[in-house]
Amino acid sequence: MVSGDIGWRSSATLESLKIRAAILSKIRGFFSAREVLEVETPVLSQAALSDPSIESFSTRYVGPGFAQGRNFYLHTSPEFAMKRLLASGCGAIYQICKVFRQGESGRRHNPEFTLLEWYRPGWDHHQLMLEVETLVCELLAPYCDLAVTERVTYQDAFSRYVGIDPFSATIDELKACADALGISIAWDSGDATRDEWLDLILSHAIEPQLGLGKLTFLCDYPPSQAALAVVRPGDPAVAERFELYLEGVELANGFHELVDADEQRQRFECDITQRGELGLVQNPLDEALLSALSSGMPPSAGVALGVDRLLMLACGVDLIEKVMTFDLSRS
Amino acid sequence: MATYSTNEFRGGLKIMLDGDPCAVIENEFVKPGKGQAFNRVKIRNLKTGRVVERTFKSGESVEAADVMDTDMQYLYTDGEFWYFMDANTFEQVGASESAVAGTKQWLKEQDTYTLTLWNDAPISVTPPNFVDLTVTETDPGVRGDTSGGGGKPATLETGAVVRVPLFINIGDMLKVDTRSGEYVSRAKE
Repeated sequence: MVSGDIGWRSSATLESLKIRAAILSKIRGFFSAREVLEVETPVLSQAALSDPSIESFSTRYVGPGFAQGRNFYLHTSPEFAMKRLLASGCGAIYQICKVFRQGESGRRHNPEFTLLEWYRPGWDHHQLMLEVETLVCELLAPYCDLAVTERVTYQDAFSRYVGIDPFSATIDELKACADALGISIAWDSGDATRDEWLDLILSHAIEPQLGLGKLTFLCDYPPSQAALAVVRPGDPAVAERFELYLEGVELANGFHELVDADEQRQRFECDITQRGELGLVQNPLDEALLSALSSGMPPSAGVALGVDRLLMLACGVDLIEKVMTFDLSRS
Repeated sequence: MATYSTNEFRGGLKIMLDGDPCAVIENEFVKPGKGQAFNRVKIRNLKTGRVVERTFKSGESVEAADVMDTDMQYLYTDGEFWYFMDANTFEQVGASESAVAGTKQWLKEQDTYTLTLWNDAPISVTPPNFVDLTVTETDPGVRGDTSGGGGKPATLETGAVVRVPLFINIGDMLKVDTRSGEYVSRAKE
């Protein structure tokens, strides 16, 4: 930094800092009243996430216990550690923490951001969506007027906004749909996978229309995008996963959690194979999570909510740095 | 072959797209919850000036365009090409009609312009924001009128026509804003 540069200053307004403090305090009050226990889990982890679309930061520890040194990963969400707590019988828990994601920086992304994550043993994703709605409506009430919350399935959203069935459409049909929407990709369209076309259409043409003036839950995802959600058999089979949108901004992602250790291992292995094909680092499996699932985790629903994005909406700003004291470029 | 990853994209970066040199105007990182991250990029084609939107997979690389801006002195035109010279190396290049299209009316011999060269060939010529040019044709001046209101057309030595105050005469040297094509003031000789 050059002397006289104003880069030392916070990118946030004082007003947004006050709103952040008020919202954090309300979140704690909300869960305390509902007897959900606040927990802290480690930021450093010996295992990294295997999801091919999320990259971990890593760092090295040398010292007592690890004389030769060992790589640790900064958590991308507290999910695995919280699930180990659930398997230990802790009951409903929540956590507010900083998480870290390599390579994610933009208007709505900062590589280090604040997540609110919570788990409800014995609940399914429908019950959890209601609680998410209650919480978000309470938190935003002083700042925004929201119309009645809507729930729309992934299938209905595609049919409503772009006129195709995301479960039955062929790759050629998805490509034709993207072309008609004016989505022009810079890589060989012959190489694009089904899920890439779905992501392209969702992010370019559907998301901007979700949650306008109200909360919109998008639910029942294709099984190929189940991540850590239970897949419900049927025609078509759907992943019991949901995302919450407000003003086209994705605010939260939730699952009716997969608790089957064998299926979890298969999904990890599948992720790791995919990472190999994409030329990404293949990190070791989180064996501690798999052991916890084997010993028995109660069926639960869980959700992670981006606190900074919620603040962007409360403050009416469209850059994430406006609600962070110091974003990456100023850190 | 030089390449840039999407992480290097920023306004002004020159890349190749569909075989044409382009400049990045705006770059937005988009990532659906659990899916592929994309960069939605607004790009100007430097040959046609047209702006398009294109989506890249985050982290992928594209070929860099060998495009550079260089200041050169305008020499003359033979009607087909407009010739410029590098004042340091005395090297000359000829710019085609399409490269000088927007700038032709501001070209004055011996003045310096910014040429955008792609693989060493000019694809566009940009004039300085302000140029000093002599009036070659206008109605007779009206003494005492200094208001600048109203005005009249004046033809300059390069052929450009600008609106000027009534007191301007043939032979006056004017300072003109090339971005808006507007008269600014009389220039000091």
